[in-house]
Amino acid sequence: MTALTQHAPVLLIAVPLLGAFAVPLLGKLGRGARNTFVGLIALITAAFAGLLAAHIFGGGGAPTLYVLGGRGFGIPLPSGLSVPIRIILEPDGMSAFMALITALVTLTGAFFSFSYWKERSGGTLFYSLLMLLTAGIFGMELTGDMFNFFVFLEVTSIAACGLIGFRVWLKTSQEAGFKVMALYTLSGLFVLLAVGLLYGQYGGLNIAYLAGALTGSTLDIVALGLLLTGLTLKAGAVPLHMWAPDAYGEAPAPMSAVLVANSQASLYGLFRILFTLFGLTVSVAALGWILISLALLTIFVGVTMALVQNDIKRLIAYGAVSQIGYMLLGVGVGLAVSVTKPDFGFVAMQGGIFHMLNDAACIGLLFFASGAIVRAAGTRDLNRMGGLAHTMKWTSILFIIGAFALAGVPPFNGFASKFLIYEASFKLSPFLAVIAILSSILLLAVFVKVFQAAFLGARQEGLGGEAPMGMMVPMVALALVVVAFGLFPGFFVDRIVTPAANALWYGRDAYIGLVLGGGTP
Amino acid sequence: MSMGNLPFVVAALLVVFGIYTFLFKRNLIKLVIGVSLVETGVNLFLVTLGYRTGGVAPIWTFAPKAERMVLPTPQALTLTSIVIGLATTALLLSFAVFIHRHYGTLDAHKVKELQG
Amino acid sequence: MNGISSGFGAWNPIAWALLFVGVLAAGFLVRAFGKKSYKRGTGQTKVFLSGNEEPEASAALHVRGRHLYWGMIDGLSGYYRRVRALHTGVLNDYAAWFVGVLGLVFVILVLVR
Repeated sequence: MTALTQHAPVLLIAVPLLGAFAVPLLGKLGRGARNTFVGLIALITAAFAGLLAAHIFGGGGAPTLYVLGGRGFGIPLPSGLSVPIRIILEPDGMSAFMALITALVTLTGAFFSFSYWKERSGGTLFYSLLMLLTAGIFGMELTGDMFNFFVFLEVTSIAACGLIGFRVWLKTSQEAGFKVMALYTLSGLFVLLAVGLLYGQYGGLNIAYLAGALTGSTLDIVALGLLLTGLTLKAGAVPLHMWAPDAYGEAPAPMSAVLVANSQASLYGLFRILFTLFGLTVSVAALGWILISLALLTIFVGVTMALVQNDIKRLIAYGAVSQIGYMLLGVGVGLAVSVTKPDFGFVAMQGGIFHMLNDAACIGLLFFASGAIVRAAGTRDLNRMGGLAHTMKWTSILFIIGAFALAGVPPFNGFASKFLIYEASFKLSPFLAVIAILSSILLLAVFVKVFQAAFLGARQEGLGGEAPMGMMVPMVALALVVVAFGLFPGFFVDRIVTPAANALWYGRDAYIGLVLGGGTP
Repeated sequence: MSMGNLPFVVAALLVVFGIYTFLFKRNLIKLVIGVSLVETGVNLFLVTLGYRTGGVAPIWTFAPKAERMVLPTPQALTLTSIVIGLATTALLLSFAVFIHRHYGTLDAHKVKELQG
Repeated sequence: MNGISSGFGAWNPIAWALLFVGVLAAGFLVRAFGKKSYKRGTGQTKVFLSGNEEPEASAALHVRGRHLYWGMIDGLSGYYRRVRALHTGVLNDYAAWFVGVLGLVFVILVLVR
């Protein structure tokens, strides 16, 4: 294991953080220098994410340790103590999977922004916030310490709201920024309250240590309730989703995709807490059915509200909310049956986790395409655009790929993950699969509406042309990911998704044992 | 003198007052004050977690002869939380300033262009 | 290698793509048995709209986004009236949902332990 691979967990957080604080300095040198620097940071971060993923998936998804500030990077318990006192990063299969998703979305988002901000001004602080958001999301995904998780949660909240309200000349973006910041802060404070409750009872902040020490006392249940609701709000499940269309709709187009990755990171935090921290010490059947009910509401309300929107970005945002429901459904089914652990529970976990990656790629593609559409049409109102397919042929093809993939049309990647979710949830209760399938069809209808409104029809005057190459390349990259994961799902499910699902489903003992069981390197 | 559970009760009351303010007040600045109250309650709760009866400050240099020290970790947690609260309050207030500039009002029931 | 199995079923996209291409090929084969002699640009290839003239494609004729699926939205109008009314856009209501779900989760978790 080379030094780079060993230090990859902390470098994934440190490099974007360095980028965030160095960008304003380099911005003084001009646009070219700043863009090159940001692109370099994004590429290096993505390379480290790939290195970490290769290392962890090569080891079958087993967790690895990175101790900050101890005697050695792999020594969690200093001599003689039985309580880990350092901040420990513990990436395992699921963390590496999320890191891959984040790297993909932030890399393409950064490169899309170069050409998006070329025609506007004020990009330097935008990139600074983007790098800060990236560092925060990676921190949330890699950490093994509850308070560290809270700190990175708040970092992402602040950076995300800064990006949502970035264009201060737009009226609605300020309203969206205020609402989202207030709700994020409130939910973050409840998460902190829960962390405080757990610390007060057991005297430790490390997730593995708490998992080993947890009993199912009343205060633990209170902490669980606070964590569940707080993180579900940040993930955007109905009925706590009302900030999401404002947030994704008002953010600049490249940032909406990164905000979806932010919500998925909160979802990852929820899964980590439910599976690894609490495990079977609480009633998992009840928790699983709570998640399933939230998921059904999210899937149905998200897609039906999308049908009546007139603003293209708000419509795609409701679609994104709906897809979070699929992830919750898959993992909720897995959680509900994780006492007896039947086969279909594991398949449901695979489906839900795979859908996180597929949704990130498809929604990214759709938001980028919507950015290109809004730039060409000069408006976000679906009732005022039309006939863009005459001039934007490539964007229309990419939009079709993204829309079909998200709606679960074969042979794209959305179908592969939704197939697993449908089949597994049908085994638990047929009603779940019925709602999921119907909502997928309705989502296809929603995107047909967008396609008809924006692209079809006669050519209108005053509309701009095809998206520039700087916007096309990230879109084509995401479309390639969509097609590749669609045509070869078995390869990716075996290599990437199954270790991640294993890490949550079976990996609790390994996660705890790595921190508590080892004192020697 | 022993205070028993009084600090925990006060912290819970602060959180409840903060949530009440956030739910029922219309002025955006009052909503920010509500968030700030919840923050204060959570910080008080965190600091109280570390208190040990009759404990001294957790500093080894020139430590007085006492049988126990207060826990230092909750103090670090609280400091971090206070700083995070500063950043969030600043961002919330700057958004409120821009909302007033654009909408001309700070009434939460009137700032609802993004609905439906 | 490129197929996934869910325990009850399997999905192999390469096989599906080959089948799709095969069906397309069959469709083209059937098309090849059709009439080859026709004159383009005359009345033989004009669109039939109940005897009316095909209107000039213009922006005024474009069906806008709001009008697509109006039937479905109209049919679900009871649902939409209530659900859209719930999305008020007022921050206090968002927080009320949050506190409400928090209370509900506490009640459920305390009841099942």
